[in-house]
Amino acid sequence: MSESGYADAQPRMGFFTDTSVCIGCKACEVACKEWNLVPAAGDASDMDLLGLSYDNTGDLGANSWRHVAFVEQQVPASRVDNLGMPAIGAPEQEDEAGVRWLMSSDVCKHCTHAACLDVCPTGALFRTEFDTVVVQPDICNGCGYCVPACPYGVIEKREEDGRAFKCTLCYDRIGDGLEPACAQACPTDSIQYGELDELRERAELRKQALHDDGVTEARLYGDDPDDGVGGDGAFFLLLDEPEAYGLPPDPVVTTRDLPAMWRRAGAAALGVAAAVVASFAGARR
Amino acid sequence: MAECHPVGFQWVMEAKNRGAKIIHVDPRFTRTSALAHEHVALRAGSDIAFLGGLINYVLGNGKEFRDYVVAYTNAGAILREDYADAEDLDGLFSGFDPQTGRYDVTTWAYEGADPAPAAGERELWVHPDEEHGGEHHGRSARAESYGSGGATVHAKPIIDETLEHPRCVFQVLKRHYARYTPEAVADICGVSTRQFLDVAEAITANSGRRRTTAWVYSVGWTHHTVGVQYIRAASILQLLLGNIGRPGGGILALRGHASIQGSTDIPTLFNILPGYIPMPHAHQHLDLDMHVGLDAGATGFWGNMRSYTVSLLKAWWGEHATEDNDFRFDHLPRLTGDHGTYQTVYNQLSGKCKGYFLVGENPAVGSANGKLQRLGMANLDWLVVRDLQLIESATFWRDGPEIDTGELATEEIGTEVFFLPAASHVEKDGSFTNTQRLLQWHHKAIEPPGDSRSDLWFYYHLGRIIKQRLRDSTDPRDRPVRELTWSYPAHGPTDEPDAESVLAEINGSGPDGPLSAYTELTDDGSTSCGCWIYCGVYAGGQNHAADRVPGSEQDWVAARWAWAWPANRRILYNRASADPDGRPWSERKRYVWWDAEKAKWVSPDVPDFEATKPPDYVPPENAQAEDALAGNDPFIMQTDGKAWLFAPAGLTDGPLPTHYEPHESPVDNPLYAQQASPARQLFGGEHNRYNPVGSEVYPYAFTTYRLTEHHTAGGMSRALPYLSELQPEFFCEVSPALAEETGLEHGGWATIISARTAIEARVLVTERMKPLRVRGRTIHQVGLPYHWGPNGLSTGDSANDLLSVVLDPNVHIQEAKAATCDIRPGRRPRGGALPELVREYQRRAGIEGSET
Repeated sequence: MSESGYADAQPRMGFFTDTSVCIGCKACEVACKEWNLVPAAGDASDMDLLGLSYDNTGDLGANSWRHVAFVEQQVPASRVDNLGMPAIGAPEQEDEAGVRWLMSSDVCKHCTHAACLDVCPTGALFRTEFDTVVVQPDICNGCGYCVPACPYGVIEKREEDGRAFKCTLCYDRIGDGLEPACAQACPTDSIQYGELDELRERAELRKQALHDDGVTEARLYGDDPDDGVGGDGAFFLLLDEPEAYGLPPDPVVTTRDLPAMWRRAGAAALGVAAAVVASFAGARR
Repeated sequence: MAECHPVGFQWVMEAKNRGAKIIHVDPRFTRTSALAHEHVALRAGSDIAFLGGLINYVLGNGKEFRDYVVAYTNAGAILREDYADAEDLDGLFSGFDPQTGRYDVTTWAYEGADPAPAAGERELWVHPDEEHGGEHHGRSARAESYGSGGATVHAKPIIDETLEHPRCVFQVLKRHYARYTPEAVADICGVSTRQFLDVAEAITANSGRRRTTAWVYSVGWTHHTVGVQYIRAASILQLLLGNIGRPGGGILALRGHASIQGSTDIPTLFNILPGYIPMPHAHQHLDLDMHVGLDAGATGFWGNMRSYTVSLLKAWWGEHATEDNDFRFDHLPRLTGDHGTYQTVYNQLSGKCKGYFLVGENPAVGSANGKLQRLGMANLDWLVVRDLQLIESATFWRDGPEIDTGELATEEIGTEVFFLPAASHVEKDGSFTNTQRLLQWHHKAIEPPGDSRSDLWFYYHLGRIIKQRLRDSTDPRDRPVRELTWSYPAHGPTDEPDAESVLAEINGSGPDGPLSAYTELTDDGSTSCGCWIYCGVYAGGQNHAADRVPGSEQDWVAARWAWAWPANRRILYNRASADPDGRPWSERKRYVWWDAEKAKWVSPDVPDFEATKPPDYVPPENAQAEDALAGNDPFIMQTDGKAWLFAPAGLTDGPLPTHYEPHESPVDNPLYAQQASPARQLFGGEHNRYNPVGSEVYPYAFTTYRLTEHHTAGGMSRALPYLSELQPEFFCEVSPALAEETGLEHGGWATIISARTAIEARVLVTERMKPLRVRGRTIHQVGLPYHWGPNGLSTGDSANDLLSVVLDPNVHIQEAKAATCDIRPGRRPRGGALPELVREYQRRAGIEGSET
């Protein structure tokens, strides 16, 4: 039995997003919207330049199930060389600063311990046979409990609709043996889809290869089954701290403490009840 | 490349993963730079200095691939005694006429060659009274016609194999580039000597017998007044390093659209016919023999041009084309001058051009000096626009910028505009030819919506109706149309012509059905072929453009994926991958070699050489066509079988690439008194005034470019919500230093001004834009993506409105990648205040009222 609860589960499927080869083309964003019929920004007021480098999507949400972050950083030229990343211009002519431009396609993490699923009162959110987490729009009642429950800020209610939406890991494709739309559209294989165990091995090798090339900043994010969410079904190779990409450094499933809280609340309630009983009992005396 | 060709860039990433070093040379730090090992920021418009520096590094340090250079290039050719180099004449070559702004190329020829080379006679050397109607006859030079082979020289050069003769090409080259030192590169390009030497060492270490280096370029190299010379400079470097005709080498052009390669092979250009056969001139080509005689090199494969031309005439005029009537050569239109796109705009303004077809083109946004384009179109009788969306070129009469400024009034525009919705590539059958010369078939996936139709449908039925109207005409001028072969099977509810039947016509046929190779073409009228270089794509009656055998089911050359012209050959001039004796230069780079036992050339590819001509073949005296080339002459389309380091013919602006400043430059030219290319094509006029060199009024350099999220002038992206939201409006990119100097705020507005107009853009302040130290001062560059116009979902001013029309004289391409401007905070004025602002700047720059 898998940790997520399926007795006869298929191999767990997931994403490995290798940001070291992401070119920021946003094909993943467009392919996702095309396949899943996710609405575009809509009215003209949404058609605003955000000023976040080349990112005009901003974040993940009900209408953005993939989001490519663009992170511009100034780095000393010497550090640039060490990273095997490019330096701009003619450093000794100008200052010694270089620049690097990190790009990363973010997505729902399909957590092992998914708080959104835990708090869903209708069962609209469920765990699939691929160990992915999917919201069923025909069951969702729009209560919105899942929104604050997500430690990554992924799931969101679509305002004009009322229901919650997020990445399904293309549940309607992978069941037919297709890869998710974003992974298929990705020209550089930055987004890789497959069996999670195999992806984790591949990611470890990739990280090691980058380290051997001197890119010592390379690290995996969300690959650890012992982290606060039990490991992500969609994990990443990053070239900087998670915070640089707008990712939480140490996410914890928000329902982690619920059993203990309920136990304490139960104990407290029992205590109160006992006290009440005791007080009545005492009064008869 | 990652910005504009993300799908192709996957192979760069693949190469990087296998250990290739990726160097990105670009004024801007782009998505490509982000993934490259090294980004070299250089000043826009200074690339010849950079490449010249690399050439000088190679020559100065003896890093050339000597055996390759001696055997396969014209390095040893002796030049005439009266040739004078740019080094001798301070930036000019011998033969320049300041009166006409043109070169007489006689002195660029090899010693002992015809003193007036035929090449000069036919495209470079037009006597003033041969000009027609005051137009630039000589300017209709046809560098494009060298798309499948070089210009002709009518004598083989005298060769000094030691390369020591003071007048041999190798020594001339050395002298020409001697002053392109790392320090000069730093001074002109703003690239540090350290970084320049890093690049020089990297590419020379990665070239030679065992390794090859590839150069990839896009319009950042071609959109200059010296664009052709940029590519020539790269060619010289690659030839010196032995990187042509070998796997992993080459100079790879990335095109601006799907099938731009196809649109020069089967041309939309005015001066060539299919397969790069030159278009005849009104005064020079009176009959087929004269045409072929003037244009065909007697030696090399162009020697068979008569067969290619006769077969083309047979494809077009079928049974009406016979030996007796010169195969209807008279039916071909004749050139009377420059009919290029910018000259046509001036002809519209002067009333000479009255009708215009725009097919998948949006010049109101995509061409240099959009205002000039719109004014020209407003002066037509009629305009046909076929596009996917209502683009700005179809609506300029209603909502163009000139309506707002009062320079045009809708009710005063007489142009009748026909907008015809077009089918997209997924809504029709057809082929794309990519930059690798690969024809790839696409099948219709869905029916086009509503009235949208394919271009094939449009032209077929237009031709059919015109032919019907002229059926009974006795006017001789209608005969070419009446006799035109025009029957293609049509099917379906819209009578869509069968695209494969067109491909079959292009492929050609003979007495035994479809032809399988261009070597089967004859000049007796027994074969027909719509484009000789495509002959074989339909061999055996099979559409080989639709071949799709997966890579895993064939060898690495993948010959059964689509079809490459010519002859399904994947690497051109691949005989150069073997040494003169026919052995591979190295095992690692083995590609084509001579198998003495079988007495033939073998390769996983199709050898680009006569299959059984041995390496030691020596041509007899007076041999013609390919028989005149030796067994160790790999460049078989050249009349001398050699690759040209020095171009004795074929170029209008010099035999060797030379650093000239862009027409609008913030700095002087430190290498020569000649500031800009002396042969550049200038226009001028009230709406095309030029910013003066080094002007304090227009102090900043700017460059234009594209973003991944949008497609060229926006017709395919700005109306689509999913793409528009990714880049929702026009913006400019500036460095923090320039923002501080000019008071620009991140996210605020900027007004950018040239002598043509002023536009506004949102501001992105980014460290990716870096000021450069050039000529002892700081040069700021403004980055302007050019996709926008007023129509669609993602809107904004058009960056190309800032540009002037000033052209490369060989191919008439505009200088879109380097010009000057001013930039200041705030939005631009509206209405009549906008042209007033532009005039105020012109006054301050002293160019108001100037005609050039």
